[in-house]
Amino acid sequence: MMFIAGTAGLAAAIILGLVRALLGPTLYDRVLVVNSIGTMTVLMIAVLGFLMGRPEFMDIALLYALINFIGTIAVLKFFRYGDMARPGGRHIAREGGGEGDADD
Amino acid sequence: MPGKAAGKATPMINVILDIVSWILILSGTFFVVTGAIGLVRLPDVYTRMHGAGLVDTLGAALFLAGLMVQGGFTLISVKLGLIIVLLFFTSPTSSYALANALRSQGVRAQAAGEDLPEEKAEEGSTSTPS
Repeated sequence: MMFIAGTAGLAAAIILGLVRALLGPTLYDRVLVVNSIGTMTVLMIAVLGFLMGRPEFMDIALLYALINFIGTIAVLKFFRYGDMARPGGRHIAREGGGEGDADD
Repeated sequence: MPGKAAGKATPMINVILDIVSWILILSGTFFVVTGAIGLVRLPDVYTRMHGAGLVDTLGAALFLAGLMVQGGFTLISVKLGLIIVLLFFTSPTSSYALANALRSQGVRAQAAGEDLPEEKAEEGSTSTPS
C-alpha cells in the first residue's frame, strides 16, 4: 500500500514537470525539467520493482541515474559549443592546439 | 517479500519497520511533489533550480531510504544505497553545470532584484578568478 501511495505521488510530480516542460520559455527550463523528471523516473523504477516483486529493477534504476547525469551534461555541452568532440573549458580551447579547431 | 524474516523474528519488529517505512516514503513523496509544484509555479530559472534541487536531494534520499527499510539486509538495499550515493554526487554537479551555462549565456535573475542591465553584460565576459 505504501508503494502505491509513492507511485501515485511520483506520477503527479511527473505530470507537473511535464506542464513546466511544455510551458518553459527557454531551453534551460527544459534541461532542468529533463534532469528532474529523470530523477523521479529513477525513484519510480525502484518503487515499481518493489510493487511488482522484481528486484532486478534496481539495476535498471542505477543505470538510469548514470544515463540521466551523462545526458544532462551532454545536452548542455552540445548547446554551448555546438559540437560534442570539442574540448570543454575556455582556456583549454584557446591554448591547446588540437587537430580539429580551425575556427579558433 | 517483507515476510522473509517473519518466521524467526517477532511480529512487533515488522510493525515498527512498516511504520518507519511509511513515514520515510510519505515524507519523500511530499518533498518530491513540493519540488514539482515549485518547478511549475516559481517565476525564474534560478528559482526553479531550487525546486529541482529539493526533488534531487531530500525527496530522493528519503524515498530510497524508505525502500531500503523495506528491503532489509539484502543486495537490494546495497543497490539502493548506491543509487543514493550516485544521486548525492551527480545532482549538484549537473546543477552547477546548468547554472554555469546560464551565467555564461547572460541569463538574468529577475527574482533576486538584479535589474541592472549594464552590470550583467560585463559579468558574462569575465571569468572566475581561480
